[in-house]
This record gives sequence, structure tokens and C-alpha cells, in this order.
Amino acid sequence: MRPSAVRLLNILVPVKRTVDYAVKIRVNPDQKGVDLNVKHSMNPFDEIAVEEAVRLRERLKDEVKSIKVVTIGPTKAAETLRTALAMGADSGIHVEVPDSAPPPEPLGIAKALRAVIQREKEGVDLVILGKQAIDDDASQTGQMLAGLLDWAQATFASKVDVDPKAKTANVTREIDGGLEELKCQLPLVVTTDLRLNEPRYASLPNIMKAKKKPIEKLTPADLKIDLTPLLETVKVTEPPKRKGGGKVESVDELIAKLKEAGITPVKS
Amino acid sequence: MLRSFSRLPASVVFRTRATANARTVAVAAQRRHASFYNTDVAGLTEEQAEFRNAVHEFAEKEIAPRASEIDRTNTFPMDLWEKFGDMGLLGITVKPEYGGLELGYFNHTLAMEELSRASGSVALSYGAHSNLCVNQIHRWGTPAQKAKYLPDLVAGRKVGSLAMSEPGSGSDVVSMTLRAARADGGYRLTGNKFWITNGPVASTLVVYAKTEPEKGSKGITAFIIEKGWEGFSTHQKLDKFGMRGSDTCELVFEDCFVPEENVLGPVNGGAKVLMSGLDLERLVLSGGPLGLMQAAFDYAVEYVHQRKQFGKPIGEFQLMQGKLADMYTKLNASRAYVYAVAKACDQGKVSRRDCAGAILYSSDRAVEVTMEAMQSLGGNGYINEYPTGRFLRDARLYTVGAGTQEIRRMLIGREFNEEFKRQAA
Repeated sequence: MRPSAVRLLNILVPVKRTVDYAVKIRVNPDQKGVDLNVKHSMNPFDEIAVEEAVRLRERLKDEVKSIKVVTIGPTKAAETLRTALAMGADSGIHVEVPDSAPPPEPLGIAKALRAVIQREKEGVDLVILGKQAIDDDASQTGQMLAGLLDWAQATFASKVDVDPKAKTANVTREIDGGLEELKCQLPLVVTTDLRLNEPRYASLPNIMKAKKKPIEKLTPADLKIDLTPLLETVKVTEPPKRKGGGKVESVDELIAKLKEAGITPVKS
Repeated sequence: MLRSFSRLPASVVFRTRATANARTVAVAAQRRHASFYNTDVAGLTEEQAEFRNAVHEFAEKEIAPRASEIDRTNTFPMDLWEKFGDMGLLGITVKPEYGGLELGYFNHTLAMEELSRASGSVALSYGAHSNLCVNQIHRWGTPAQKAKYLPDLVAGRKVGSLAMSEPGSGSDVVSMTLRAARADGGYRLTGNKFWITNGPVASTLVVYAKTEPEKGSKGITAFIIEKGWEGFSTHQKLDKFGMRGSDTCELVFEDCFVPEENVLGPVNGGAKVLMSGLDLERLVLSGGPLGLMQAAFDYAVEYVHQRKQFGKPIGEFQLMQGKLADMYTKLNASRAYVYAVAKACDQGKVSRRDCAGAILYSSDRAVEVTMEAMQSLGGNGYINEYPTGRFLRDARLYTVGAGTQEIRRMLIGREFNEEFKRQAA
């Protein structure tokens, strides 16, 4: 019997611990940040990413060799790894940064992820991340990572179909004009959008099983990367309170008001 | 932001401000905090906090959005049983060989609390199944009985129930008259049971009957009954003040044959099965009042900071501040006692007076707190579209379910009497 030439899929899902989506954010008095003394949980888009990886395994079965989750953050970030393991990931990697360190930026995270991927002996074929984190809304990490690795990228995915034998993936992306379908070659970076799936909640038996799954601890020094921010946050403020609008009586009045506001027509 | 609305708490009601002559309805929108459960004071370990969080997520997704409808229609959503099963909630104290998690009573109480926070009635049915029925079979069943009944109950494929009370035997439960007469190969049961949670739908029931009526408390035996047996039927669902959705009814036994192998625990030793079961039942069900108080407080505190009168949020007036303080402290004091008793039980130290004390105290506080929460909403508290009425109606059950307040008080006092009698002897 000839062994299959197909390489089995190794999936990596980076996850981030963020302020819980249900919490109402309050800016600190010093205007340098927001009140972080509130409930935290896994970034919702990352939950979707973990769920997609688990569903890929449910569809492709043995063709998915491993699902690893990784997080870069302080000690408490390990909680999100446990949640991901309870959802179905096999093992975790925690790149631990000191509690006092400033939060890493997307470029730093992308470099860290590249280092993690490069040290994976079995290699990584597919990286699935959330399109953005709900705390900074940066939407940069996935794109930067693909650039650093020189891999294909398919962002804002609403559907992902992988063919491990052909080493390709068909990804449907949500774009302004509608939906775009891309055929991509592996290895690939995918970022998830809201409608990709609805994540499962971890069942208690799975949470208990997850305690036995391994989590590898690393430091930025182990990866030979520097997570010092390149940007300085000058000020954080709440958005200005919405001023009331006004009602117009006719189309002419509407055009006049738009012109007043400085909006000019687009010449087609 | 994002995420579907199914993850919003069910107690959120969206309304727009009406015009001056219409009734003005206040808004409770996105919450500042997910809840004011004080995790530091609750003293949970990381594992217990993770457990509680997981149950909370489940409850928020599967139960909270339907809670109001369940109450309104007085109907239990039957699809929940298998969801409970998949989640691992039905066998928390059960050994893994029967599909359980083999965690302790503390975890079971935590689960009861979080489920009650979403829906008091769903949680009550859950408690009757997972503690009253499942735990009793787990504690007293023979290996054959456990292997036969537990897997389906723990998976949620079958619903469980327990029946001790009768129309004529409530507080005086030992005076029960359901007769279990000796028959060839088993027993024949004749009589009734009343106020039986899950009665209408249960497939597996733990039923206490008098095998030897002349012996009083020393003549009670526990049995495992199956739905569908000849001579066993149920009367219609009871129409209750609260806990609507937790199906309750009367059981009727007319010469119902029960085989020998379905005796649970020792013959004529049923009183011990019953009384020791009641201790643990009272403990785990204490999670109910805690969850209801938490739901009521979280709702009221949000409301009084949104509702403005005389130019400021009503929560800033002293009388309202007082209400918040009273609700909050009563809730946390109850929780501290219940958790302490639960932890002691997990150490093997089951204290009858403290199990009774835990539910005595927390149920009285729950009625007070939910009443005050409803009052905090003013006129809106009186409107059924707001959940505070349901919290109060559900809380009201716990002063009579699993023993009345009067019996609990008598019991605790009597325990001390016994203590001194022993010392004097």
C-alpha cells in the first residue's frame, strides 16, 4: 500500500483575551485607557475562529492532524486557551508577557506568531484568526502575519472550504459590494467574520477534559522577538455625544443642507 | 457591536420613550457589568469559577431568552433535557461510569444558582431531576439499578422525579398512606402523591410508600417506578402561582405492580433514605433563592440608574440607595452561608441543621429581595413584561418546597433540644 502523499492539516488559531463584549466601556479619568477591572473573555471573532477549526475537523476528520491555539498575553490570558481547548483544540501555547508590560501591538503579535509558526516542527498549513479584536478594532494582525510569512491571505471570511489533498481552500469573503470567492493555495491565513459560524459553548465534560490537554509556556525571549510598542497612546476619550439631527421639508432643502455641510456630489 | 441577540440577557426590554400622554416605559439596555456577583467574596477557586462561567454561558444562550415565555405559557421546553445532558449538567455528583462528572455538592449548588438566575422554574425541574431523583438513585441504588436507570437520566434521554408528599401528608410526610402491599415477586402500590415536580413527564420516579403502616416511620420503603406501568397514572398539571413551566402534578397508584428488584435502599428503611436525601436536597436547592436574588438585584440596580425622576437617576435618592444596600447584603450573606454548608457537605460533614438553615435563611431573604427589587421598579414592577414579578413568584416556592419554613425552624430547634437531652442523660 502506497502511503498517501497528502500532508495532513496542521491548524493554528491565535486567540486574544479581551474585555467581555457585554460590558459597557468606561474611559479612565487619566484618559490614557479604559477601565479594565471588568469581566474579560475570549475575543468573539476568535471564538468563531476556534469553532471553524473544530468544524473543519468534524468535516475532514483524520485529514486534520492538529488544532493548536496560541495566545500572547499576561498570566490570565491562559484562561482563553482553556476555553479553546474545551471547545475542541488539542493543545495550547502561551507566550507569557509580564502583567506590567504594555499590551502588545498587532505588528508585535504578528512577529510573535511568525516565530511560533517557524518553530513548529510539523509546520502549519492554516492559520485562522479573528478579523479584529473588539478592544482595539485594529484588523491588522492577520494581514501583517500573511505579509511577514509571504503566505496567501483571505480576510473577512464568511465561508471556508479546505481541500487538503489539493492543498487549496475556497474562501468566501464579505466585502463592501457583496461576497467575493477566492481560491487560495495553502499555507493560508484566514480571518473570520461574524457570519462564518456560531461558536459552541464548552460543555462541562469537555472543560474537564481540557484540563489534561497540554499548554506550552514560552517567553518573547524564547521566540527572539521584542514586543515593545512602537506607538504611544496619547489620549483616549469617549466619542462625542450625538447631537440631534433636523428634519427637512423638501429635497431642495436636503441638497442645500448637504452643501452647507461641505458634501459635494461625486462626478461619475 | 456584534454577536447575535440570543446572547443578550432575557431581562433586557427595549422600548422607546413614549409621548407625554402615553405611559412612559423605561429602558434597560446594555449592562455596565455583566452581573454584580462578587467573585472575590464568593471565594471560588479558579476551577469553580470556570465551572460557574460555563453554566452561565449555557444558561444565557439556552434558557434566559425563553424564560419569560416559559413562565407565560406554563410550559417546560422538553428539548432542554438533552441539552442539559450534553452539557454534563444532569450528573454532576454521579460517577463517570454512569456518565457523570463526579464533582461535589458545591458544584451542583453553583449550577442550580446559575440556572435559577436565568429561569427559576427551569432550574427547579432541573434540581428535581438531577438531585432528588438522580442523586438518590446514585446514593442508594444497587449496581444493577444504577446501570439500568442512571445513564438515560444523566444523558437527558429520560426525565426523573421524586415523590414523597401526599394530599394528606405534607409536613407530616412520615404519615404517608401510599400503601405498598406485598405481592408475588414484588409489591402493589395504591394511593396518591401530590405536588410532584416533573410528575407529568417523568419516566423514572423515586417513590416512597408504606410497606408496614403499623410501624409508622419504620415502615417506609423507597421504590423506583417507571412511567407506563399498569396502575400508575398522573392527573393534570397543577396551575401554580410561580415556578410556571416546572410541570407539577398528582400521581395516582391503583394496584400498581412494582417488581422486587425496584426496591431502592433497605426495605422498611426508607425513612433514612428520605430524610438524608432531604438534607442534600435542601442544600442544592438553596442555589435557587441565590440565583433568583442575583437576577433580581442585577435587574433592579440597572433599572434605578437608568430611570430618571426629578432630574436624576432614582438610584441616587437615599431610600433607593438603602434598598440597593439591603438587597445586596442579604444576597451576599445568604450566599456565604449556603456556600459554607455546601463545602462542608463535600468534606463529608453533612449537618442536618445547617442544610435546613441554608434554605431557611436564603429562601426568606429571596422573598424579601425579589419583593424589594419589584418595588424598585415602581409601577413598572407591576407590569408582567418586566421580569421582577416572575422572580418574586418563583422565589415564593422556596419557603414551602423541600419542607416548609415552619418545619425547618422546628427541625433546627429540635436538633438543639436533642443535643441538650443527650448531655443531660
